[in-house]
Amino acid sequence: MSTHVDAFATLRDLSAALLRKDVSAVELASMYLQRIADDESNSFITVCEEQALASAQQAGAAIAAGENASLAGLPIAHKDIFCTEGIRTTCASKMLAGFVAPYDATVVAKLKAAGAITLGKTNMDEFAMGSSNETSYFGAVANPWDETRVPGGSSGGSAAAVAAGLVPAATGTDTGGSIRQPAAFCGISGLKPTYGRVSRYGMVAFASSLDQGGPMAHSAADLRLMLSAMEGHDALDSTSANVSATVRQAQNPPMTIGLPHEYWQDLDGDMAKALTAAVAVIERLGHQCREMSLPHTEYAVPAYYVIAGAEASTNLSRYDGVRYGHRAADVTRLEDLYRRSRSEGFGAEVKRRILTGTYTLSVGYYDAYYRKAQRLRRLIRQDFLQAFEEVDVILAPTTPSTAFERGTVGGSNADDPTTMYRQDVFTVPASLAGLPALSIPCGMVGGMPVGLQLIGAHFDEDRLLSLAEAFQGETDWHCRKPHGQPGPTE
Amino acid sequence: MDAAVIDKLLRLAALSLESSQQARLRADLEKIVAFIDAMQRVDTDGVEPLAHPLADLGDWAAAQPLRDDLVTETVRREAFQEAAAEVRDGLYLVPRVVE
Repeated sequence: MSTHVDAFATLRDLSAALLRKDVSAVELASMYLQRIADDESNSFITVCEEQALASAQQAGAAIAAGENASLAGLPIAHKDIFCTEGIRTTCASKMLAGFVAPYDATVVAKLKAAGAITLGKTNMDEFAMGSSNETSYFGAVANPWDETRVPGGSSGGSAAAVAAGLVPAATGTDTGGSIRQPAAFCGISGLKPTYGRVSRYGMVAFASSLDQGGPMAHSAADLRLMLSAMEGHDALDSTSANVSATVRQAQNPPMTIGLPHEYWQDLDGDMAKALTAAVAVIERLGHQCREMSLPHTEYAVPAYYVIAGAEASTNLSRYDGVRYGHRAADVTRLEDLYRRSRSEGFGAEVKRRILTGTYTLSVGYYDAYYRKAQRLRRLIRQDFLQAFEEVDVILAPTTPSTAFERGTVGGSNADDPTTMYRQDVFTVPASLAGLPALSIPCGMVGGMPVGLQLIGAHFDEDRLLSLAEAFQGETDWHCRKPHGQPGPTE
Repeated sequence: MDAAVIDKLLRLAALSLESSQQARLRADLEKIVAFIDAMQRVDTDGVEPLAHPLADLGDWAAAQPLRDDLVTETVRREAFQEAAAEVRDGLYLVPRVVE
């Protein structure tokens, strides 16, 4: 087995090592599979060693034959929300604990076609409903920087796996922050693309007008590499955009960067210090930063929980114990089959969200809650559209704090579910507006990573990634690794 | 939020809860409703509801093309029914609904 490859290396460095034949695709897959086997963070729900080694063998042969797929032989993991043919897809729910999809999600098929090797399926909050990975039926995940803390959620397993060097990149999904917040908590880079840039086909639906898949990795350059393999119009998802027709090309610097005071005003001192230092780096790169306002920010979280709950209650009505998913035993009436299968299969947070959605969609409350939330959604998007007439990119914290302790706000013992909901205050506005946003590490507070969020105009990922790449060229926060491990050598 | 409202929601969502859990659920839902009620502070009269994040955005909205109305799927009944708990002769089985 190869020992001269750094487990924390970026995809780009690993790809170069494969092409130089410093390491073979099988050796690389074996090294990460061994690290996964030795790990105790519970980042993975399913590891598919046999399939991974077989694909690595094929990738190795393709590399030797001179084929140059963009991710040839590079190991990745998929959040367990993406359907994978022949490998179970649980969505971290008892409901789907035994579900094996008869097809691959488009994202899975595209990454496979680009030569990536799937090592397994990562842990997450049940049906992506949570911000701490503590609602998983398969148990919580430890943050690799401090095992007493959460990795964030809902893509917590993907974030923890990348941060711990168990896999160099992973897919995630972001409905209200589920890529960006765990990326921030685990000190990695994560991108939520523009709504429609990445196909949702085969991605288990939570809230269809918000869900968007995206990459999580060690660097912005790796996010770009992953995104280029994942994105694109898909005839199987009518909400996926015709990217070639829409993508904006990044303009050269200097850019005008907006600092929305609603995101900065209540920031804790040490967090503010880390973010302010990041602003100084951005200015040193030649960009101009200025204060600005997104006046409806405080209403984004309430509006988000109404819309996401309503869409979840609709989407999750498909779990009836008949066509797939958990089926209650010894039932004699059809109505009891539905009710008992669902009650046994869903966890507490999923039930809460379904019932919230049922409430806000029911007769007498629909206008006061669901329609109201949709009207606010337009005002929130309008704030951003106006802002992007004045600024090129918006810079803000990803989260109000660093990773919180396990068993506090996110656990089933939490006194008030809205305490966890409030954690999403800086990430849900971009989700409601359908905007691309990424999180990259920009500092440390109390030994835990701090995330910097960059929000762009629709389909302006190129500019966001360019700015993030430039930031990472000037700083080494993205190279810091838990437990004093050496970082990627870029 | 009284017990009748909770019962109705559970029935609409095809969920049931042990009576011991009902009080907790009620307390949680009351907190959630109080939380989302913050929306009522904003005057949204005359604002069109927004259902889709790219709606009415000109070029971006147009970038979401519809496919041609052609039959492209193949029949994969067996593969799809593998995930079902009970099937017979290509049909899904449920408890008897007609006596």
